Amino acid sequence: MLNIFCPHCGELRSEEEFHSAGQAHIPRPLDPNACTDAEWGEYLFFRDNPRGIHHELWIHAAGCRQYFNATRDTISYEIFETYKIGEKPSVTAKPNSAKQPSRAAGEKA
Amino acid sequence: MSQINRLSKGGRINRNQPLTFTFNGESYQGFSGDTLAAALLANGVDVVGRSFKYSRPRGIVAAGAEEPNAVLQIGATEATQIPNVRATQQALYSGLVANSVNGWPSVNNDLMGILGKVGGGMMAPGFYYKTFMYPQNLWLTYEKYIRKAAGLGRAPKENDPDSYDYLNQHCDVLVVGGGAAGLAAALAAGRSGARVILADEQEEFGGHLLDSRESLDGKPAADWVAKAVAELQKMPEVTLLPRSTVHGYHDHNFLTIHERRTDHLGDAAPMGEVRQRLHRVRAKRVVLAAGAHERPLVYGNNDVPGNMLAGAVSTYVRRYGVAPGKQLVLSTTNDYAYRVALDCLEAGIKVVAIADARSNPKGAWVEEARAKGLRVLTGSAVIEVRGSKRVSAARVAAIDPQAHKVTSPGEWLECDLVASSGGYSPVVHLASHLGGKPTWREDILGFVPGEGFQARVCAGAMNGVFALGDVLADGFEAGVKAATEAGFKPVSGELPKVFGRHEEPSIALFQVPHEKPTARAPKQFVDQQNDVTAAGIELATREGFESVEHVKRYTALGFGTDQGKLGNINGLAIAARSMGISIPQMGTTMFRPNYTPVTFGAVAGRNCGALFDPVRYTALHSWHLKNGAEFEDVGQWKRPWYFPKAGEDMHAAVGRECKAVRDSVGLLDASTLGKIDIQGPDAREFLNRIYTNAWTKLDVGKARYGLMCKEDGMVFDDGVTACLADNHFLMTTTTGGAARVMQWMEIYHQTEWPELKVYFTSVTDHWATMTLSGPNSRKLLSEVTDIDLDKDAFPFMTWKEGKVGGVPARVFRISFTGELSYEVNVQADYAMGVLEKIVEAGKKYNLTPYGTETMHVLRAEKGFIIVGQETDGSVTPDDLNMGWCVGRTKPFSWIGWRGMNREDCVKENRKQLVGLKPVNTSAVLPEGAQLVFDAKQAIPMSMVGHVTSSYYSTSMGFSFALALVKGGLKRMGEKVFAPLADGTVIEAEIVSSVFFDPKGEQQNV
Repeated sequence: MLNIFCPHCGELRSEEEFHSAGQAHIPRPLDPNACTDAEWGEYLFFRDNPRGIHHELWIHAAGCRQYFNATRDTISYEIFETYKIGEKPSVTAKPNSAKQPSRAAGEKA
Repeated sequence: MSQINRLSKGGRINRNQPLTFTFNGESYQGFSGDTLAAALLANGVDVVGRSFKYSRPRGIVAAGAEEPNAVLQIGATEATQIPNVRATQQALYSGLVANSVNGWPSVNNDLMGILGKVGGGMMAPGFYYKTFMYPQNLWLTYEKYIRKAAGLGRAPKENDPDSYDYLNQHCDVLVVGGGAAGLAAALAAGRSGARVILADEQEEFGGHLLDSRESLDGKPAADWVAKAVAELQKMPEVTLLPRSTVHGYHDHNFLTIHERRTDHLGDAAPMGEVRQRLHRVRAKRVVLAAGAHERPLVYGNNDVPGNMLAGAVSTYVRRYGVAPGKQLVLSTTNDYAYRVALDCLEAGIKVVAIADARSNPKGAWVEEARAKGLRVLTGSAVIEVRGSKRVSAARVAAIDPQAHKVTSPGEWLECDLVASSGGYSPVVHLASHLGGKPTWREDILGFVPGEGFQARVCAGAMNGVFALGDVLADGFEAGVKAATEAGFKPVSGELPKVFGRHEEPSIALFQVPHEKPTARAPKQFVDQQNDVTAAGIELATREGFESVEHVKRYTALGFGTDQGKLGNINGLAIAARSMGISIPQMGTTMFRPNYTPVTFGAVAGRNCGALFDPVRYTALHSWHLKNGAEFEDVGQWKRPWYFPKAGEDMHAAVGRECKAVRDSVGLLDASTLGKIDIQGPDAREFLNRIYTNAWTKLDVGKARYGLMCKEDGMVFDDGVTACLADNHFLMTTTTGGAARVMQWMEIYHQTEWPELKVYFTSVTDHWATMTLSGPNSRKLLSEVTDIDLDKDAFPFMTWKEGKVGGVPARVFRISFTGELSYEVNVQADYAMGVLEKIVEAGKKYNLTPYGTETMHVLRAEKGFIIVGQETDGSVTPDDLNMGWCVGRTKPFSWIGWRGMNREDCVKENRKQLVGLKPVNTSAVLPEGAQLVFDAKQAIPMSMVGHVTSSYYSTSMGFSFALALVKGGLKRMGEKVFAPLADGTVIEAEIVSSVFFDPKGEQQNV
């Protein structure tokens, strides 16, 4: 169970207080009517599935009910930072100190 | 009753406290301090179960969590049954009742065993797939018998009388394992002042120190254990958890501990006590000191009772005062196992011979054995054993482990106990739960924990450190490191002195060679719980299963409740040899929680029975109860379903309720509808963006129905929203959708349009809503309110504030039945008093309470949709023929607008909501029934839609339904057919979805 720092409450709390809301930084197109079906489909349905750094949207559902973003390593599950909506992530590449991944492909089978 | 194998002295048992227990219907006696396994051995019980596939007799092999065979059903009553309890981990208590889980008619005379003997050849790996595939229709027959033969325990059929709970904990250092390393680590961390939890799975702390020949500071090792535990007990920040298995290592140093608080006391927990507790621990640092499991050697018939792990023999002799046999043959690859022979010798067990796979062993233990006159056969191993229900002889022969060859004919030695040791496998499970790959160390012939992402230190045998002095030092150092990293000052401390012995390296031997090829040699078992043999693993690799994960799945290696604690390393060594690759190249399978089985009771904790899920009651619930309501669960809510009178079934009650609403007036508790209070200068703009229709011109005092879609254009909620003030709205949602809609609005507000000044508050529980519906509702309401109900003063789709029943109320004139209706909202606290006044005044109007079923019928007669019933996430407003509710010219591209204009959403011939009128006017279409245009079409038929709602209407006198039908709106008057599972077909005419009062005159009077 993840331990997540809510940037609104200023506290580390257990994952069961939170819900993940998918990938962060996917703004709604300002003029949806100008989008082609393909562009709209891209916005609506397609998400990244990176191995490593991932920016995610979370809500402190059983807490302050505020949304925020988290930068998480999808291999180690380490959370490098959490930040409020509208702010930019400060971690966008894997820190050098991070250990080598130890989950090999297919191991989840 | 005599304990024929009990030694006359020794052991950590209380001989003054005999305990009586039952195994397979026979009564036996053991002592306090015994495990069930120790007591069974003391009584000479050789066979504890039959094997899973071949039904071979099986005996106790180990003395701890790794036991594969003695997996028993415990419980004196039906309610207290627990399956899959390892007898080696179950403390004996008075009155314990245990049974074998396999074997019919009994473990000693098993019919399946004969099948196993004749069917051995056809039960190769993959036999399910190969043997029982054809003919296909017989699989159901095969399966029934396979399942019957394969059982491992059963669930109780009655409710568990015990309670269980959770404890959430935080600590600086969690030490896993209370053996030498763990105790040293706990002492180091505890002395530094850190908050420490020390958890150990056994009945008492000490691990192998409790049965060790070694001394600490010149005294028995157990003395030092007692001293260490006493010191830890005095530390206020240290929590000691015996009988507690750390079974899962989860993300961010969250670990779960399964504490068996009273399992050692009796069949059920003493009054007022919790049987088991699940500790959920967030630890700053973790010290893993889980020890090592001895690896058995894999030789012919190594599953016959009397074949044991070498160390287990020592444990039974020294810790429990039990002789597991009378004549021992030891087969080893290492020095340490020699202590077993010495222990047996001292206990009066005859040591027939020691077979050492090494050609020239000269370590201190070896020399001590030789000095005591024991026969040591070097370069040798036990090749195979003889015996059916007990070992009667073992053949020891010279081997060449490198060439995997037997190099001498060897000799048969009479014995009843074969102890084997192929080395020690560090218990890396917890270190690997989060994916940390174990690393092979050739020097110790074992996998040690690899690098992990978590803040943990591994110590002792788990870390590949085996000599006792080194283990203590490693543990202490780990404790210091963990405490220091958690922010405490390091401490130094004296460690007890250990008598150092010269030990020589062990030799790599997993499967012992045999003269015959593996496939034809006597069965060499790798995983006894799942009956996986060396031959099976070889076959799997020959058939092309090369990945260790595939070998595992094909052979079922390690799939038992023991998760292959004894068999996995041997299995992958055999697979590696068979493929000509090294063990590290082969690699291990994934380790996953849980380390040992956890009971459902512990997993559930208090979250069962009435506390399983919250139940929500409306403020009027007690009135419903008093008036005989049957209830329906809607989300967490209990809603009145219908109010049967004496002798009425649901059909009759609903018919009466419907008629009362259409003829006079009915009363519905609508309190469960979601209510969200929306305030702020931009509230109106916000509504414009999240509803499909327009809200700009809704005046104060008016209400409007709205549809909500997701970005894909599909309907996801609906409800009426009223304008309370220019910057203040009250939204209603579906009962089940309230929380979802609230979060939906929050995510758009917080992430997309934070510039809008608007706030949302859930007020569902603050208001109680009583709906009066029917032609007499105005007359009735006028008797209890000061609000002017005149149809011009208070028209349809408006709301008014005033008093109802003497308390402040908001009354909304909206209708979900098609009749003149008023929804009376009062503060929930006042609701009961108001209801009583309404009911009193309603007597002369035959005011009839109605439930959700009548509400559904009445709304369906009007063609009003229910989200989630008429819709399923693939239905647009146009599909529902609700295009009137779509604001096609709203300036802001509201949520759903772009989505519903996708090519697929605007194409012709989508499924559309229509009414269906069965030709047989009393035939009620089943909801969910698939529809076809051509009832005579051959299967597979072209399905063109399905029934979403279907009822019999008493007031209209015929059955009717709502349905989604392909191009339905252009097919009015055409016929559709519902072919049912029983072969009958219901024919229906496509009609308008509005059956009752299509012009809406009834509700607007």
